[in-house]
Amino acid sequence: MTRFLPFEVIAALRFLREGRMQTGFILAGVTIGVGVIVFLSALLAGVQSNFIRRVLSSQPHIVLLPPEEVARPQRGGDAGVFEDAVVQRPAQRLRSIDQWQAILGQLRAMPEVATAAPVAAGAALAVRGEVGRSVTLEGIDPASWYEVVRLPDYVTAGTLRLTSTDVVIGIELARLVGVQPGDRIRLSAANGRDAVLTVTALFDVGNKAVNERNVYVALRTAQSLLNLEGGVTSLELTVRDVWDAEAVAQRIHRLTGVRADSWIATNAQFVTALNAQVTANTVIRIFVGLSVALGIASVLVVSVVQRSREIGILRAMGARRGQVLRVFLIQGGLLGLAGSVSGSAVGAGTILAWHSLARQADGTELFPLVVTGSLFAGAALLACLTGVLAALAPALSAARLDPVVAIRG
Amino acid sequence: MADAPGPVLRLIGVRKAYNQGLPNEVEVLHGIDLALARGEFCALIGPSGSGKSTLLNLIGLLDRPTDGRLLIEGLETGALDDAALTRLRGRSIGFVFQHHHLIGAFSAAENVMMPLLLDRGWPQDGMRERAEALLERVGLARWRDQPVGRLSGGQQQRVAIARALAMDPPLVLADEPTGNLDTKSADAAFDLMREFNQERGTTFLVVTHDPRLARRCDRVVEVVDGYLVSDVGVAVPGEGSAPSRTLPRQGPKGPWIP
Ligand SMILES: Nc1ncnc2c1ncn2[C@@H]1O[C@H](COP(=O)(O)OP(=O)(O)OP(=O)(O)O)[C@@H](O)[C@H]1O
Ligand SMILES: [Mg+2]
Repeated sequence: MTRFLPFEVIAALRFLREGRMQTGFILAGVTIGVGVIVFLSALLAGVQSNFIRRVLSSQPHIVLLPPEEVARPQRGGDAGVFEDAVVQRPAQRLRSIDQWQAILGQLRAMPEVATAAPVAAGAALAVRGEVGRSVTLEGIDPASWYEVVRLPDYVTAGTLRLTSTDVVIGIELARLVGVQPGDRIRLSAANGRDAVLTVTALFDVGNKAVNERNVYVALRTAQSLLNLEGGVTSLELTVRDVWDAEAVAQRIHRLTGVRADSWIATNAQFVTALNAQVTANTVIRIFVGLSVALGIASVLVVSVVQRSREIGILRAMGARRGQVLRVFLIQGGLLGLAGSVSGSAVGAGTILAWHSLARQADGTELFPLVVTGSLFAGAALLACLTGVLAALAPALSAARLDPVVAIRG
Repeated sequence: MADAPGPVLRLIGVRKAYNQGLPNEVEVLHGIDLALARGEFCALIGPSGSGKSTLLNLIGLLDRPTDGRLLIEGLETGALDDAALTRLRGRSIGFVFQHHHLIGAFSAAENVMMPLLLDRGWPQDGMRERAEALLERVGLARWRDQPVGRLSGGQQQRVAIARALAMDPPLVLADEPTGNLDTKSADAAFDLMREFNQERGTTFLVVTHDPRLARRCDRVVEVVDGYLVSDVGVAVPGEGSAPSRTLPRQGPKGPWIP
């Protein structure tokens, strides 16, 4: 009997140890429940961070566009019916954002905005010999734009350099038109202007469409190719909290009058799917938690009945109702705590095993491992609390036992 | 224990009815008057169902009388709330039951120190030593770390007696403490209680059906049908004959003749 624990904890531990069989079974039950929760939560966190990484690696969080430039679905007579599934920007002369330097200054002053960069973008044709592909020409200011999309991180060949005669293209486009770093490529804009530029680097942002379509040139080069001297077609920015992007976009729109699209709005379907996953996970957690709680409660109810005589004798020896109550509450808490420790181990072990076994077709990981200490701490705390709450009814019935009746048995 | 003036226990007109206010209300004790002096070793006898256990439960503060007064060392218990009764019970009264009623999850020594642990809330210096000394006194020093389930019935009852004395209470209540034991173990358990009574001056009230053991007590109180019908001092070797009296039966049925 250690002297560092109060009577209640000592008795709770002894009772659990004495009821080995029941304790073992309920611990297994709690372990499985917590394991499922930890596994699902880690998986969801992994999938979520994977999704965000894929979507946001090559995309700013918010894009500011002049009104005419906004891509709009073409609608038929019936409201809401899309006649054309492919949404394209209307064909018109590129327009610059009015006063874009002033707006950029405003954006950079906003505390929720992390970085902002001007972009001059338009359609173009990339030609090499006989092969031509239509591309999106993105004229960027490397210093600020690399803060929005970390292009240097995605360079797979060559050296990233963007002087007015350089171009950086995706690995997919490089394969299609057959160029290597150091080769030259002709870019022709829709207005007939064209330029021959040197490919300095190839990038792979993990998104095939982007790798195929986007070509990056210096802002000045794009401005002259697109006949946009001094103008920009969009301002692109990142925010500090990616999930806050839509709110920030609306704030920017109110502030500047310029149309601001957040990644959440442009990827509404993905975000909805993600939210559905979160909801499903929450529902599963609640029901698993409930069944864990009911399991603990039923074991303790049986234990109180089995021990009613001992409870009576403890009361005769001077045990207060509160002491009896706490003995059983602590048993519930200990079952929850111990189950959550082993459950966390089981859940983490499962996700680790699956993570190392399950691979994408190309051999890269299926999802990033997001197994954080706070997940375990949260699970332990919640399981402990669940156990105590589950123990409430049996503990109260134990505390209320009439010692005379209990001792007579 | 300091010598408290007056009786350790005093009952005045104590009544107990079960199922009060219900159609099946039944009064089991009809006005019991009783006083136990310090150091008395008193037997409580009577036929089955006469109300002995009921009376012991009241005295042990496990239950409350429906009427009358009950004083422990001069303290009026009727006014105390549940928590105060529990505290008084833990400090002033030791229990020995027919079935030993040890806590199976603990060792012999831990069972003996349980009243101390409950009173203080935490294990403290001296508790274990005190429990081991008591176990040694009842001849079970070798068994102190054994789970109580490994002990024989007689040994378990001796542990229970040691436990009843852990808080050094002024009063120990024993409800048929030897009822479940063979003659040899019964004698050993009874002798132990007698010895503690003489060594420490602890007052004992012992329910027994065994006339042989009752004869070895200082005093025999008899309850029949909820009435205290006789209260007899028994000759104690070396002390001569104690005064003896038979009480008139207060009930409607006339005097009860043993
Ligand atoms: N909770 C209760 N409700 C109703 N009646 C009860 C209750 N407890 C005891 N009784 C009744 O009270 C009477 C006295 O019971 P008690 O147990 O005090 O007798 P006893 O003298 O201890 O008997 P025994 O020698 O058999 O142990 C009995 O008639 C019993 O049926
Ligand atoms: Mg009885």
